[in-house]
Amino acid sequence: MQTLTQRLANPTRFMELSGSVLPWIAGAAAVVIAYGLYLAFYVAPPDYQQGETARIMYIHVPCAWLAMAVYAMVAMSAFGFLVFRHPLADVSAKTAVPLGAAFTFLALVTGSLWGRPTWGTYWVWDARLTSVLILFFLYLGLMALRSSIEDDSLASKLTAILALVGIVMLPIIKFSVDFGNTLHQPASVLRVGGPTIDTAMLTPLLVMALGFTLMFVAMHFKAMRNEILRRRVRALQLAQVEKAQASQLAAAE
Amino acid sequence: MELLLGIDLGPHASFIWAAYGAVVAVIGGLIAWLYIDGRIQQRKLAVLAERGVRRRSARRA
Repeated sequence: MQTLTQRLANPTRFMELSGSVLPWIAGAAAVVIAYGLYLAFYVAPPDYQQGETARIMYIHVPCAWLAMAVYAMVAMSAFGFLVFRHPLADVSAKTAVPLGAAFTFLALVTGSLWGRPTWGTYWVWDARLTSVLILFFLYLGLMALRSSIEDDSLASKLTAILALVGIVMLPIIKFSVDFGNTLHQPASVLRVGGPTIDTAMLTPLLVMALGFTLMFVAMHFKAMRNEILRRRVRALQLAQVEKAQASQLAAAE
Repeated sequence: MELLLGIDLGPHASFIWAAYGAVVAVIGGLIAWLYIDGRIQQRKLAVLAERGVRRRSARRA
């Protein structure tokens, strides 16, 4: 008797389900991001201190949130793979890593471009910026580790273990603005006591965050579908080789 | 660009456009890579199917 998660995590069923919902999620992401950009540029006021530069927030913050959220998802998928041995969990972890790396890279680049006119510098080695840079290197490390091991099964296990160990970075990043000297502002949305940011700026930010999240889900579904197809191609090629070898042996006998 | 969109982003406009440009370039690159990778895998499966190499479930269907 299969559990609900086992039924949903079946690769063939995933291909059917994701194939039907993917265009809708991608379309919803495009509409929400377009609306978010309209709000960000035409409705949200400039910041009273930073002026127009604060409009970088509407892409920087969603990228930074996704950088961490995607890593949490990679770690959960890794846990699912190590504990339940389900191949779809490995597919999820493997395909989310490059996407998470891209969002972390964008959080660093947009933050740097926001920092230059605001702080007077592109970069400082403070706790927040440095811990996000380490997260980026962790993503690169996961990709490098997986691609450096030829045995797919071993590569999956080792990257899953590294992904679980690396989850320690998430609380460090989250609370890095609360300890030590930093130019980065403290949390102003996800904090105890509620957001401190004005609704006129919070609304476009949340709309953009929703749009980016939908976009990530669509990209992750597509990447997972590609990976499942890649594994099917590999399995068929392997079966073809084994069949050819068997027929050669039979002919020799 | 600002004239086209009817907005004035002030003296630091270049930083704002560079940030948005970076996001468009990276996300656009990712989407293009995902699309091309999907097409490549589907083509490989089609070539194998032409040679009669199919998954058991595909053969049943």
